[in-house]
Amino acid sequence: MKRRNFLYLTGIGVGATMMRGVPVFGTPIAPEAALEYIDPAAKKILTDVALNAARAKGATYTDVRIGRYLNQFVVTREDKVENVVNTESYGMGIRVIANGCWGFAAIDKMDKDSIAKAAATAVAIAKENARLQSEPVQLAPQKGYGEVSWKAPIEKNAFEVPIKEKVDLLLSVNDAAMKGGANYVDSILFFVNEQKYFASTDGSYIDQDVHRIWPLFTITKIDPKTGKFETRNSLSAPRGMGYEYINPRESDKITGGPSVLYKDRYDMLEDAKLGAKQVTEKLTAKSVEAGKYDLVLDPSHLWLTIHESVGHPTELDRVLGYEANFAGTSFLTLDKWESKKFNFGNKNVNIVADKLQPGSLGAVGYDDEGVKTKQWDLIKDGILVNYQTIRDQAHIIGLNESQGCCYADNWSDVQFQRMPNVSLQPGKAPLKPMEMIKNVEKGIYILGDGSFSIDQQRYNFQFAGQLFYEIKEGKIAGMIKDVAYQSNTQEFWNSCHSICDQSDYRLGGSFFDGKGQPGQVSAVSHGSSTTRFNGVNVINTARKI
Amino acid sequence: MTILTKEEAQALMKKVLSYSKADECEVTLNGSDSGNVRYARNSVSTSGFISQTSLAVSSAFGKKLGIATINEFDDASLEKVVRRAEELAHLAPDNPEFLPFLGPQTYSTQSKTYVPETAAITPSLRADAVDKSLTVAKQNKLTAAGFLQNSTYYSAIMNSKGLFAYNTGTDVNFSVTLRSADSKGSGYITRDFNDVSKLDTLAATKIAAEKATRSIDAKALEPGKYTVILEPAAAMVLLENLVFGLDARQADEGRSFLSKEGGKTKLGEKMLDERVNIYSDPSNPELPTNCWNGDGRPQEKVNWIEKGVIKNLYYSRYWAQKQNAKATPGPDAFIMEGTDTSLEDLIKGTEKGILVTRLWYIRSVDPQTLLYTGLTRDGTFYIENGQIKYPIKNFRFNESPVIMLNNVEALGKPQRTVSGETGANGLIPPLKIRDFTFTSLSDAV
Repeated sequence: MKRRNFLYLTGIGVGATMMRGVPVFGTPIAPEAALEYIDPAAKKILTDVALNAARAKGATYTDVRIGRYLNQFVVTREDKVENVVNTESYGMGIRVIANGCWGFAAIDKMDKDSIAKAAATAVAIAKENARLQSEPVQLAPQKGYGEVSWKAPIEKNAFEVPIKEKVDLLLSVNDAAMKGGANYVDSILFFVNEQKYFASTDGSYIDQDVHRIWPLFTITKIDPKTGKFETRNSLSAPRGMGYEYINPRESDKITGGPSVLYKDRYDMLEDAKLGAKQVTEKLTAKSVEAGKYDLVLDPSHLWLTIHESVGHPTELDRVLGYEANFAGTSFLTLDKWESKKFNFGNKNVNIVADKLQPGSLGAVGYDDEGVKTKQWDLIKDGILVNYQTIRDQAHIIGLNESQGCCYADNWSDVQFQRMPNVSLQPGKAPLKPMEMIKNVEKGIYILGDGSFSIDQQRYNFQFAGQLFYEIKEGKIAGMIKDVAYQSNTQEFWNSCHSICDQSDYRLGGSFFDGKGQPGQVSAVSHGSSTTRFNGVNVINTARKI
Repeated sequence: MTILTKEEAQALMKKVLSYSKADECEVTLNGSDSGNVRYARNSVSTSGFISQTSLAVSSAFGKKLGIATINEFDDASLEKVVRRAEELAHLAPDNPEFLPFLGPQTYSTQSKTYVPETAAITPSLRADAVDKSLTVAKQNKLTAAGFLQNSTYYSAIMNSKGLFAYNTGTDVNFSVTLRSADSKGSGYITRDFNDVSKLDTLAATKIAAEKATRSIDAKALEPGKYTVILEPAAAMVLLENLVFGLDARQADEGRSFLSKEGGKTKLGEKMLDERVNIYSDPSNPELPTNCWNGDGRPQEKVNWIEKGVIKNLYYSRYWAQKQNAKATPGPDAFIMEGTDTSLEDLIKGTEKGILVTRLWYIRSVDPQTLLYTGLTRDGTFYIENGQIKYPIKNFRFNESPVIMLNNVEALGKPQRTVSGETGANGLIPPLKIRDFTFTSLSDAV
């Protein structure tokens, strides 16, 4: 990295408002600091201080996480650089079991005295709350791995790429959108590096290096005569990859439909050019006629429906009631799983949980309680077969080990159950999206994610998107707008008619899956191929104020 | 580092400024200590304590700006962070939207955001408060899931142009959901105060318990347009999208519900029922907020909506200068005027309607019309002839707060509440609204 370039641009617009809706984690740091990696041996010394101090105060189990969370945001609008910020959050979270109850303390002062004091605080909190405990915490056994490490298999560390290169890309994107007729364009590159060190009284010392990337934009077009406006967001997916993700390759493009779609590499510039044309088209698109339609859902859209209607209700902590006060419970109660015949969806629906998939946001070697990660079935041939869980709940579904789903978004937050990547498996018979559309009489083809909402037990949902194309008698008949579909999770997945094959399989996802109190976010991917659902209720969302 | 007093913060920041060689230098200091207990299945699930501090230095040479932060406070570290900010500023190009830092400001009398009793909350006090809530759950054969969190925080800003502001505050937040053993009933309550003496977890949990018990075996009503009574916790999650959407730049740029054709806005126009009055006031005793915002501008009483007319929009300093407008900052919290009518009397005065305890998963459907979707949750009841008749199944709604506030039937007595979606605070009345649009049914309890 050229330090001068980095510093030159870091000062641009710092302090200005961040892009709408993009949270900032941590505090700004000097750019060169992002490339420093703290020696695991030094971290081991600090974690041992905490482990020993907690044990001395009476903890029967302790785990310690030293987290160094680095973010970089490059934010532009039109021809201006609004913000280039590197942030860091560095500190330690100590979790203990004492008198059968969990306790936790987090600090950003990393001297030995402060660490020992924090460990004692965690134990004291656990002991104080033990009087409210109905039964002691029961942890699934976990072997210690000794000193091990895991690194995301990236090709190019985004933090090493000169800021100028990133700024040039975004300003090119904006220029293309403006030349294409946009009135406004916001674009951002968002990079994450989680350097996590975990130690526990099981005997594990685990050093991990996780990288994530998310390029995104929003193009706005206004009709000055009517004052109406429309937006088109990028069709990118956030990925667990390095900077290579935004070096486009023709082999990663899916063409032949109304928009270009992207697999493992994303062409931001091309998408912005298309986006400018499409947002203009949206302004004059006809408003949808409400009714039943067969929906053809692209993976850039379907990932979010999978996330909300499959990922969340199969979280065991929700099933048991741990999220009842905030994120909600689940309709997938234990009796449905125990029956071994609960019909979640059509028999062509196979949904897999995994923490291993390369390039996915949820891929890590070990979770945040020292469990080695793996893959397993959630829905098999349409039947609910399993949940997602962690060490202190595994025994409830008869498991003698955790499924490795424990995660905290920061050293300052306690780890708890978060979903792994949850993905719909592709169809086995050869089928491309345009071939799928040929067999649809009355339908809508939806690309990109939009508005989304689902009830607290994950039955009733409503989703919108970015681009909607009417399908009439097997052909795309033009763009429509004001579309949202409503359904019930079980009815929806039972209406799954067909799934395109592996060649169409792509990942979508989010950096910001929210859950818990205090609230935390987690990054997760969801894969699918283009999928058809028959007879779904579509509403018209146009209103006048 | 513990919570610094005004004098301690002032001394530390003066020292930082003394190292500055920039045209302008600004220092901000933030810290917090917070503790929490989370419970579910009538037992503690997690609990913890978090302590964090950060000092940031902004150095400017002309329109070039550099920012650096640090959380070590010895003299060498403080000088180092100033040099680093200056190095960044020297290397930066001009930022066309940069404005010189503010000079000294006049702030209203400090709001009572800090309450010593709240700052003194211990793990034992948190456990006692949760114990009371669990007792109600167990006595009523219900299952509780709740969260109690308290925090003490401070923030300060000082710059080389003479600006100085300091504030410290406390907050305690409690919410609980009680569910019946057969999972057919659920009730919710939430409370948020600066002063812990106002928090009664026992009384609050009893309200949630009654809702849970009464909501068992809900009946299904057809989706459609209904008269609704939104309790403050339910109204809050729709109103906040209206109030926090009063951004001038968005409106001027033509991409807001306040925009009109030809680059005009609806500022000064009557958009809502004339009974709608919404303002912010940092010195309100029920809802005290900081008397300065993040960049040092004074937070004063501002009428945002008066008799249904959009009276003010909020501006960044840059946009205000560009538009030759007053640089009014956005509010930290908001107040909606109501009446002396109790919730019970609102119900008594309703021939047919629906009482809504809580709304959930609120998401924007169309920013042009401020259309939002979401669902009712944890206590939805049918009202007939002034009485709650029976519990009903939850609905999904598609509604705009702009349309909703044109359909006002009656307003109740304002009550402090907190958004379950964003954590923002409001002092707002229960709202009785006609023709509220429910678009589908949910079987979720």
